[in-house]
Amino acid sequence: MSMPAVIMMLCSWSIIIFFTLKFFIKVIKTPQKEE
Amino acid sequence: MTQSKERWGSRIGLVLAMAGNAVGLGNFLRFPAQAAQNGGGAFIIPYLISFLLMGIPLLYIEWAIGRHGGKYGHHSTPGMFDVMGKSRLLKYIGVFGLFTNLGIAAYYCYIESWTLSYVFHSITGTFFDIKPTDFFPKYLGLHEDSIFAIPPEAAFWFILTLCLNVWILSKGLAKGIELAAKIGMPLLLLFGVVLVIKGLTLDTSSPGVIESPLSGLNFVWEPNFSGLTNPTTWLAAAGQIFFTLSVGMGSIHCYAAYVKEKQDIALNASSAGWMNEFVEVVLGGSILIPIATAYLGLSVVQAATIGGSGFGLGFLTLPTLFNNWGWFAPIAGAMWFGLLFFAGITSSLAMGQPILAFFKDEMKISHQKSALIFGAATLLLGFICVWLYPGGAFDEFDFWTGTFSLVIFALLETLVFAFVFGMDKGWDEITRGADMAVPKIFKYFIKYITPFFITVIFVGSIIKPSTDWITAFSSLFNGDGWPFAADSLVGVIFHLGVEKYVWFENGEPTREFVKDGTRILLLLVFATFSYLVHKAWVTKRNENGGNYK
Repeated sequence: MSMPAVIMMLCSWSIIIFFTLKFFIKVIKTPQKEE
Repeated sequence: MTQSKERWGSRIGLVLAMAGNAVGLGNFLRFPAQAAQNGGGAFIIPYLISFLLMGIPLLYIEWAIGRHGGKYGHHSTPGMFDVMGKSRLLKYIGVFGLFTNLGIAAYYCYIESWTLSYVFHSITGTFFDIKPTDFFPKYLGLHEDSIFAIPPEAAFWFILTLCLNVWILSKGLAKGIELAAKIGMPLLLLFGVVLVIKGLTLDTSSPGVIESPLSGLNFVWEPNFSGLTNPTTWLAAAGQIFFTLSVGMGSIHCYAAYVKEKQDIALNASSAGWMNEFVEVVLGGSILIPIATAYLGLSVVQAATIGGSGFGLGFLTLPTLFNNWGWFAPIAGAMWFGLLFFAGITSSLAMGQPILAFFKDEMKISHQKSALIFGAATLLLGFICVWLYPGGAFDEFDFWTGTFSLVIFALLETLVFAFVFGMDKGWDEITRGADMAVPKIFKYFIKYITPFFITVIFVGSIIKPSTDWITAFSSLFNGDGWPFAADSLVGVIFHLGVEKYVWFENGEPTREFVKDGTRILLLLVFATFSYLVHKAWVTKRNENGGNYK
């Protein structure tokens, strides 16, 4: 793979994996409010 | 104010069901081809910008409309829109949320049934004996020059898939849809990860491998930054975001309607949206094209994805390529089509639930009967797709319900949310009970940027040129007119590119007859839903002494 392709792929994956984990972990850790 | 007793069993179940709704076949078959053909790695820039400016705002809007409607006992869009403003006409905008789901379910369940059948044929080793390129036309019952198809096997798998959907829907929200998502989504991720690792670790000394799979990955990710100045790239990226998130359908609204009034929607929406992006970009971009490139070579894969779809590679090519994997071939086939099946069924269930909820909430029909009505209506419309597949009925369903209607509904709901319901009330709805700080800039995105984005997509689809946009404008300014593409809205309506527009030839109906007939049928479906909505509200008004809006 070319260096620009590797950079684009890793940058995109990092952003997406970061936000996916950030939000999903918060969903798991935060209990749903009961009314 | 009525409160429905039906609720999600758990927060994770809700997020997985919402993510499952968004994750569909397009994540694995369409995204990699779209990226590769529209700037490679550079495609991700407009793609993520579209996600931020249009995708996430639309998710917030739909979750907010859904939870707000659920507060009043409405779990389908006509009722939800009715309680957003004073006008009696608002509920008819919600008809799109019924029409779109039923119309898409009709052909989507057919594709979903192919994946289930391919799991079976992969396990039983069918593709060792017969090439998928020979198998598939026979499976669909295609005959040369015939616009009709009577495929017994495809019909059997279609009915089986439909029965499975109806059965899960009849089990209810927590014990049906949520359980299916809790089983299907982890398996989908597991199968995806296994196939990514297996595919990317193929080396050129493996039997049949002619090129490194990393060449395929390079094809998807090699950035062509000049593409960023081309409107086609931006339209493709915005379109991909739009269709991958399942927005503009009414299914997100429906699922969100089962969330309690003070429970979070912002974090749940963000989590489900980003999970879809993970499946699409990380897994979806790393399976189909790298594996196909390893065995076929890059030039063949480039040619196969030129239209921006990986459908042919996924269904016609990959099963043969798995044969190179020896004892693992049936397992790999079952994993690939199993993954597509789970992606499909978690989406089709989300199409069924709003229809079921409409009959249950507004027509006062029992849950089981409502599930059966959805099954029967999907079977009826799906039969048209099966029988007239070669005549183009399937493509008509896809265009009018799966493309046109979505964009219209998304535009209307954004305008209603921002300008009828009111942006201040809307923002309160999005942020009430939120377990995350929602950046206030989204308030302005929703009001100004998101409608602009959707309008651009809509206008782009109406006047899509057969050439690139710059050449098309040159043609217009030179007085040669606008070169409409055959798949632009104008092109589709006026049958552009068709040599001879006649309904009958030599006493036989033509493809154009099937296309126009399908359009009339879809109009009738829309009219029927409108009538049912009218009837339901008249009944409510009579029951409430004329006081119901």
